[in-house]
Parts: sequence; structure tokens; C-alpha cells
Amino acid sequence: MTPALGMFVLFVLITLAITYWAARKSQSAAAFFTASRRITGWQNGVAVAGDYMSAASFLGIAGLIAFFGYDGFMFSVGWLVAYLTVLLVVAEPLRNAGKYTMADVLAYRLNPRPVRAVAALSTITVSTFYMIAQMVGAGALVTLLLGSSHVSYELAVIGVGVLMIIYVVFGGMLATTWVQIIKAILLMAGTILLSLLVLAHFGWSLASFFDAVTRVTYHDKGVLVTKNFLEPGLRYTAANHGALDLISLGMALVFGTAGLPHILVRFYTVPDAKTARISVVWAMVLIGSFYIMTTFLGFGAATIVGRDQIAISGGNNMSAPLLAQALAGDIFFAFIAAIAFATILAVVAGLTISASTSFAHDFYTAVIHKGTERRPGEEVRVARVTAFVVGAVAIGIAILLGKDANVAFLVALAFAVAASANLPVIVLSLFWKRFNTTGAVLGLATGLIASLALIIISPSIMKVDPPGVIGAARHLIQHPPIFPLENPGILSIPLGFLGAILGTFLSREPRAEARFAELSVRANTGLGAEKATTE
Amino acid sequence: MALDDPKIPQDPTPIVGAATDIAPLGGSKPPHERTADEEPDVVDWERLAASDRFRSLLKAKRRFIVPAMIFFVVYYFALPVLIGHARPFMEKRVLGPVNLAYLFALSQFFMAWVIAALYVRAAARFDKMAADVIKSADDGSVS
Repeated sequence: MTPALGMFVLFVLITLAITYWAARKSQSAAAFFTASRRITGWQNGVAVAGDYMSAASFLGIAGLIAFFGYDGFMFSVGWLVAYLTVLLVVAEPLRNAGKYTMADVLAYRLNPRPVRAVAALSTITVSTFYMIAQMVGAGALVTLLLGSSHVSYELAVIGVGVLMIIYVVFGGMLATTWVQIIKAILLMAGTILLSLLVLAHFGWSLASFFDAVTRVTYHDKGVLVTKNFLEPGLRYTAANHGALDLISLGMALVFGTAGLPHILVRFYTVPDAKTARISVVWAMVLIGSFYIMTTFLGFGAATIVGRDQIAISGGNNMSAPLLAQALAGDIFFAFIAAIAFATILAVVAGLTISASTSFAHDFYTAVIHKGTERRPGEEVRVARVTAFVVGAVAIGIAILLGKDANVAFLVALAFAVAASANLPVIVLSLFWKRFNTTGAVLGLATGLIASLALIIISPSIMKVDPPGVIGAARHLIQHPPIFPLENPGILSIPLGFLGAILGTFLSREPRAEARFAELSVRANTGLGAEKATTE
Repeated sequence: MALDDPKIPQDPTPIVGAATDIAPLGGSKPPHERTADEEPDVVDWERLAASDRFRSLLKAKRRFIVPAMIFFVVYYFALPVLIGHARPFMEKRVLGPVNLAYLFALSQFFMAWVIAALYVRAAARFDKMAADVIKSADDGSVS
């Protein structure tokens, strides 16, 4: 057994033990969906960080910085700033006025059945797209990281999928939370160690570190070049609408993070809104420190390992693990590889529980059975079955797509849908008295459809490849892109708001307006909010 | 109730499913069986929403949150805009080898943390005001 495989196994054993412990405490609905609302502020903050920092952050951004320098770092800024929207606008009202899902807040004063149906559709769309992206990435990464242990792509995908199903089906929100906490601690420890090793490599001198960053040499199309990696423009250029695409991405991050279902459900796991607020601050401290340290991970990989070396040993996603290997040998490589694996597992578990909670609570109970459980415990049972189905479907799709599939756009899509469909209706239902059911349904539908349609006609899917590009790397539609940007946010977010506002003016709903006072008082004071339950 | 009431059977065992029996699952309990926390509307929401205490809470929150949102959105989007349209300016080296572009990107993190810290401080005040609103709802002194 290689050291990397050994550390994977150790992590899996620990998380399975936690799941066993959590399973006995996860019988009732409040326990299964919200861990009895007894997670403390710092625990939830760490779990939010663990839920949020995906493999795309750890491996992807380190790789982007190693390859494109400053442009990669600029990419990482938005992931923290986005939390200001969560903190200032969404977290506390949601905790005060909701129960299990985002749709609870919408259904408060609107007609619950249509609103919950569309909200569940949007939640499940965001979660499954994001999950498939993670699973494909997981499979490809695990095969790379465990290359010497002969773990195939299919086996890696099945392993990740089965573990995520076990965590969620048996351990519910409590097990998911602790998997996320452990992952976040491991990720922070690994990142801090790696950053310290990079600094030590440069004799603990920031000056000589940044000096090296201004003179990075690599081969560009066969020619040896030296570039200042602190200068912008290596990836986002005027020719590919760089600034506009970055603004569009920034909009999707800043407005989308506060509409990501798997992040929102985390705020139901704490006793009250004040704790929810504290947990956002904890998450911001961790997420911010992490993204600042990507400076050392990414630039370190560029200067110490070198872009040429990374390109021939697995590509830009391998930058951080290769940096670990170069600085401290195989055992540290194994540690970083195990962290990457833990990272993926924690994120997919969070996605699975939010998708299955939404299906069971919003769609099965509220839409099909008009808001009542026919038998006690039915909602939890449905959620467990949904988690199983969602996991199995995600495994199937990830294997069908194969490890070379171009899935990065699925993450952009998830954020775009969250920002264009979910956020407008959450904000309008909390702050606009006139808002009504027609507006919510039309807003959610417009945001969802606009994001999907714009991604389909964007260069992510629609592009003419040069001859020779075959298989999964080939663009699905061989046609020049109609929409020039990779991120649809700049257009789809205003469309989502427009749909919600126009829809509202199409009809009048006296009941929705009458209940605005109640929602406003509840959301702002916490009067009558769901309490923590005893085990 | 008279004993000869024809509606009362001789056997005094309660009729299963009668209004006073344990409510069947899923249905709603008759009003007299509800415990305090199940009582749907003990709060006069309209009056509370219109009360001075609540309105000043909303006003205080708005006065912090709206400027904070505007500030961070402008500050954040200034980064891609400046990178796109003022590149020579952003490439100026200001701290040894480190240029303005990197420092401005780095400052975004501290901007986010400072706003978060200011909000937590302001929110302690909102919590007090919210507690007052809740108290006024409990003791009926809504004004």
C-alpha cells in the first residue's frame, strides 16, 4: 500500500466511525435535516468553510496561479468577498424565518405548492450539476494521485459516491457536518504547512519570494519565456473579453454564494440567528486565510516546481501536490493527496444532503402531499431514499462522461443558477411587500432557463475546435459561440430579477401582501424562530 | 349535560376519533388541545410591524447594511475594471517587486474582514433592539 492510499483509508475509517456515532442521533426530522440545530458557531463556521472550499479551490486555483500567475489570484478574491452578501443579507433572516430549506422562506407568504415545486427544481439542478463536476474531478484526481496504486477512474468515482451516500443516508446532517469540519481542519493544516515550506525555501524572506515570482521562466509554444507572474493578463486578455468575463464571474460569485442551497441549509443547523452570524464570520476567517495562502501554493508551484514540469506530470490541477512532493517528499505528497480526497468528499456530502432535503421537504411532502406527512418519519425516509438515488445517478453520469470530460462549466452554471434564480426571489420575498407567487415562479424559471441557455450558447459548449481535438475535450456544438462570455451572470442575473419583478406586476395577491408584516418581524427579530431540539 | 341526553352512549369510554381524543397524525388538533407553542397566532404581527421599536430596528439595520453593500460591491468590481482598463497604473511596483495590482487584490480580503467585523459590532446593537421588540410583543406593550 502506498502512503497516499494508507492516508485515504485512515480518513475513510475516521469518517465512518463518525457516521456510526451520528446515525444513532439522526432519527427525527430535525436531527436528520439540521443536526437538531445544536451545532455551535465555530463548528458551523468551520463546516461552512469545509462545505464551500471544493477541489476546484484547493487544486484548481493553485493550478491557475501556477499557470497564469496574477490572473489566477484575482480569481480567488471573489470567493471570500461573496460571503459579505451571505453575512449582511441572507444568513440571519433565513435562520429566523425558515425550517429546513431555502423554499421555507419563500413559502412563508406565497402560495406554497408552486413556489416550492420550482424552488426544489432549482435546488436540485444546482446541486446535481455541481456534484457531477466534483465527481468527475474526483475520479480524475484520485487516479492521478493514486496512480501507483492502480485505482481506476471508475473505481474512484464509485468509491467517492458510495462514501457520500453512506455519510448522508445513515449519518444525516450531523455526520455531514463533522466530515466537513475535519476536512476543513485538514485543508487548513495542509495549506499552512505548504505555505511555511515555500517561505522556508526562500529563506523566510517575502522579498526574495516575490522577487522570484517576477521572473518565472517556462516554455510557451516551444519558446523559453520569462514572465512577471505578478502582472495581470496571462489568462484574461482583451481578445477574450477578459475584464467583462471576470466581472460576470464576480457577479455570479457575489450574488450566487448567497443562493447556494448547500451553503444556505448550514444556517439551519445552529440554535439561532446570532450563532448563524458568528458562524459566517468564522467561515470568512478560514476562507479568507486559505485564499490568501493560495499565493504561496500557486506562485510557489510556479517558481519551485515550474510550469513545464507540472504540465508533463499531470497538468495544472496537480500543482499543489507536486509542490508538496518537491518540498518535502512522498509522505507529504500523500498527505496533500489525502486532503484533496477529503475535500471532495465533504463537498459532495453537503450537496447530497441539500438536494435530498429539498426533494423530501419541498417536493414530496409539500407539493405532492400538500404539506402533511402521511406517516411519522416519512419525510426523513424519503430524504434517505433520495440521497441514495441522487448518489447513484451522480456515479452513473460521472462514469458515462469519463475522466476527460470538460465539466468546469458545470460549476459556473451552478453559481449562475444560484445567483440568477435563487437569490432574486429570496431577496424580493424578504424585502418587497408587493412580491407574490407569480413573481417568484417567473423569477426562478427565468433565472434557471437564462443561465442554462446562455451556458449552452457560450464558448464552454459552443466552439469550433481545430481538427484533431476528439473525445470528451471536443466542444459539444461545433459552431462559433453566440454568447461570448464563459460566465452568464452579467446577463442572467438581471434577467432573473426582471422576471421576478415583471411576474409580480402581472397579478395581485392580497394574502402575500398581508403576511409581509409577519415575515418581516420574524426575519428581523427571530420571534417564533425554530428552536434547537433535544436529542 | 343531562344524563338522558340521547347522544351520550351508556359506555363512558371516549369514542375513538372524537374531537377530544388524541389527534390523528397529520391532522390539526382542535384549538382547545393546542399547547402554547402550537397556538398559531398569539402575536399581532401587523401592530408589531408598525410599532416604533420595530421600525427603528429596521431603520438602524438599513442604515448599516445598504452603505456596506454598496461599498463592497464598488470596491470589489473596481478590481476587474481597473485590471481591464488601467493596466499600466496597476502594474506600478510599489513595495519592492510587488505591484499595485497584487496589493489591491490582497486588500480585498482585509476589506471583507473589516466590514464583517464592523457588522458584528453593529449587530450586537440590533440584537438588543430585536430583544426589545420581542419583549414588547410578550408583555403587550406594543406601541
